[in-house]
Amino acid sequence: MLDLTWLLIAVPLASAAFLLLAGRRADAWGHWVGVAASGTAFLVGLGALIQMLGEDAHHREHAVHLFSWIPGGALDLDAGLLVDPLSMTFVMLVTFVGTLIHVYSVAYMEHDPDRRRFFAYLNLFVAAMLLLVLADSYLLLFVGWEGVGLASYLLIGFWNHKPEYATAANKAFIVNRVGDMGLIIAMGLMFTYFGALDFEGVFAAADGASTAQLTAIGLMLLVAACGKSAQFPLQSWLGDAMAGPTPVSALIHAATMVTAGVYLIVRSAPIYAGAPAAQTTVAAIGAFTLILGAVIGMAKDDIKKALAASTMSQIGYMMLAAGLGPVGYAFAIFHLVTHGFFKAGMFLGAGSVMHGMNDQVDMRRFGALRTAMVTTWVTFGLGWLAILGVPPFSGFWSKDKIIEAAFVGEGAQPWILGGAALIGAGLTAFYMSRLFFMTFHGKARWTDDQHPHESPALMTVPMIILAVGSAFLGLFLALGDRFATWLEPVTGHAEHHEPVLPIPVIMIATLLLVALGVWVAWRKYGAADVPETAPAASLATIAARNDMFQDSVNRGVFERPGTHLTRTLVYADAALVDGAVDKTAGGWARTGESVRKTQNGQVRSYALTMLVGLVIVILVVVQGGL
Amino acid sequence: MDPINFVILASILFAIGAAAVLLRRNAIIAFMGVELMLNAANLALVAFSRMHGEIDGQIMAFFVLVVAAAEVVVGLAIIIAVFRARQTISLDEPAELKG
Amino acid sequence: MVNPVLFWIIAAITVIPAFSLLFARKAVHVAMSIVLVMVGLAAAYITLGAPFLGMVQIVVYTGAVMMLFLFVLMLVGVDQREDLKETIKGQRWIGLFTAAGLGAFLVSVVGRVTVAVSDTPVQGDPDVVAVLLFEKYVLVIEVLGFLLITAAVGALVLTHTPRLKPRRTQLEVQRDRVLAGADPVNKPMPGVYARHNALDVPALDPEGQPIDHSVSRVLKIRNQTQEGVEFRAALEDPSRKEGDR
Repeated sequence: MLDLTWLLIAVPLASAAFLLLAGRRADAWGHWVGVAASGTAFLVGLGALIQMLGEDAHHREHAVHLFSWIPGGALDLDAGLLVDPLSMTFVMLVTFVGTLIHVYSVAYMEHDPDRRRFFAYLNLFVAAMLLLVLADSYLLLFVGWEGVGLASYLLIGFWNHKPEYATAANKAFIVNRVGDMGLIIAMGLMFTYFGALDFEGVFAAADGASTAQLTAIGLMLLVAACGKSAQFPLQSWLGDAMAGPTPVSALIHAATMVTAGVYLIVRSAPIYAGAPAAQTTVAAIGAFTLILGAVIGMAKDDIKKALAASTMSQIGYMMLAAGLGPVGYAFAIFHLVTHGFFKAGMFLGAGSVMHGMNDQVDMRRFGALRTAMVTTWVTFGLGWLAILGVPPFSGFWSKDKIIEAAFVGEGAQPWILGGAALIGAGLTAFYMSRLFFMTFHGKARWTDDQHPHESPALMTVPMIILAVGSAFLGLFLALGDRFATWLEPVTGHAEHHEPVLPIPVIMIATLLLVALGVWVAWRKYGAADVPETAPAASLATIAARNDMFQDSVNRGVFERPGTHLTRTLVYADAALVDGAVDKTAGGWARTGESVRKTQNGQVRSYALTMLVGLVIVILVVVQGGL
Repeated sequence: MDPINFVILASILFAIGAAAVLLRRNAIIAFMGVELMLNAANLALVAFSRMHGEIDGQIMAFFVLVVAAAEVVVGLAIIIAVFRARQTISLDEPAELKG
Repeated sequence: MVNPVLFWIIAAITVIPAFSLLFARKAVHVAMSIVLVMVGLAAAYITLGAPFLGMVQIVVYTGAVMMLFLFVLMLVGVDQREDLKETIKGQRWIGLFTAAGLGAFLVSVVGRVTVAVSDTPVQGDPDVVAVLLFEKYVLVIEVLGFLLITAAVGALVLTHTPRLKPRRTQLEVQRDRVLAGADPVNKPMPGVYARHNALDVPALDPEGQPIDHSVSRVLKIRNQTQEGVEFRAALEDPSRKEGDR
């Protein structure tokens, strides 16, 4: 079965090509082709997983050679797949959640005339994402990296007849370019220093490389990860990316693509092992983004944007864990998997709410939906409990471990990182509860033409499955450290370090903060009335509502200077370069003008000139020199 | 008397011919100046032939004569063509070479 | 060696007329002066032992080239007087200075050198020249022949004026004449039906009347015509008999 892993990529890719080429005649049944392709990929992945589970833990790493890709002198690169526990984890996440979301989309996009195209893009995304996680070299990973970027762009701008959606797509694409540049530079550095781009060669060479080299590569990889995973300072695109259809937000901008940055960091573990400074930067960025995302999430009234801020914050947790080194790698991936389930589930729940509420996204117009949408309420509630980290739901097992790991270390670092993680847990509890209560509890604040109703079974069944995963997957994987052991061949064995605080203290503090957050949210948004329009608020709230002015900052720090720099360059080009050329040419033209005057057209003048020249020649000849 | 004096005579005639070309605006007169310069050269050739006791100098003068005849034919044809086009043979008129 | 008197005469009849190039106003005068110069040069050639070249000089230059110049002068108008006022700034003085400087320089240089004169002067008689021309320089002669032909053709091409409209036929010419009101037939010739054939006598029409316009206009202006009246009288004389002439 492992030899067939190339089917994981080929089937969705072929399906995407088929759906795009088939045209309108496939409109009626094309979406089922997409679902089948995704389901096939899941089955292939499942087969591979089962085979892998039957093997000895130390022989679970398989290299699947595909073809010789770039046989060029100093760079001899083969295209191949690396099937190991880490990539298999992603394969299962992507194909399982992806298939559920495909099924969900069949109903969600039922009335969209372009449903076939939507499924083609979804399949394209699945293929690219699987290529990203299965690639055995940075270059092949980059192909998938760009592929998911393309799919993301196409899907954010799926309703591109609305200019602001098209702009959002462009924004995501352009911000991602910044990150991609980081990956390209990192690859360039690898090729320069190590002469290799495949994981095996790079990691082998990384052992003997200098700290400076590894730090440079690590920071560039971090830039790439920040771009793809919406981490500070490249986070601005994620909120606008919610312009895409909700299943897209669930699959790409919550469960899978945005976690590719975490995958990149974890996959590059050998590089970070030799670059502690880069590693600390990863953790710091993760910690900062988790707070930033949580603060933004507290102020958003748009349910999807609040979830997007939450995604940003949760990925911040993963980055924080990934930045802690071997201690955190497994927990980063663990949280990634559980997050993939509960966040996808909540996004699908949000989609279900929108489906029933005429695409309304303003939470201030929701309220009391628990009676109208019982299934959605229950499934969303399970996701809510999971993200809060309430035991025994999934989030508890993964997030609590990250908070504990953040407290490991020496000096001020554990206190700062751990403190951020701890506070983040409280903030998470507040904004998620706010979202949950504003949507499902309190009084109905619906507009007149809204008649909330439960979604069809095609939508609720995937939500239920994901809710079950949100509830029990963490427990299942955490028992006996199953997941950490499973990933051990890749992430390496982590020595157990004692946090600076006793574990029970951390756990109790976390739960207390969570309880506090929920209580405050209940007082403010559950028990009390919620105004239908956003009330005037403090400067901090306004800043959070405006994504911490990140667009303004970007405009002020990058766009304006960039514009001015461009103008300066244009002016310099016109004044200096063109000026020099023009002046030179003008000088010659004036010289020509003055010389032209000797060409007066008078034959006798010419004759005189000839005679003068003749006299001079004769003088020279006769006198034997000048 | 030394034949070198004919060379001096040729020099004077040459200078007069050159001055005519430079100063006269009538194309025919300027042309006659050119002819005079050619003949001055011929005179010098013949004088050198006499001084060296070689007849080749005369042959050269003969060739110059023939070429000059051809030149006269073409030159006068050009003058006639210009006159037909412009009704004048002043050298100052056709200033179309003006840059 | 050359007779000094002969030299000075030759110098006089070449240099003095040559100055007409600079000072004469009429091109015809210049041309005639140059003819004199050419003759002087021919004399110089003969003096220097080149009798054939001297004859050729006379034939070609005075006989052909200068006559050609005169023909062209006739074509473009003998009366074209030239304004001697200089139009190009500085041209006159720079030109004169340069030309005079050149002449003075050449004279001074040539005057300072002494060349040994050959003791065995050669005589450029036609037979000697012919042998040299057609043996040693035969190729040059051939090339010069081509040059002359080319020059002749070139002159033809340059002076040729292409016909812009097709030539008018006689029919068209006559039609235009009649339409313009001219006589369809020739004017009557003077002296026809006259007693004696003479230009000053008008022709008589069939009725015996004189036709005025048969006599040339010029003769009328000069009053050299005869009325023809006396012939009419004689014609009407009853005594006159047929065959009485």
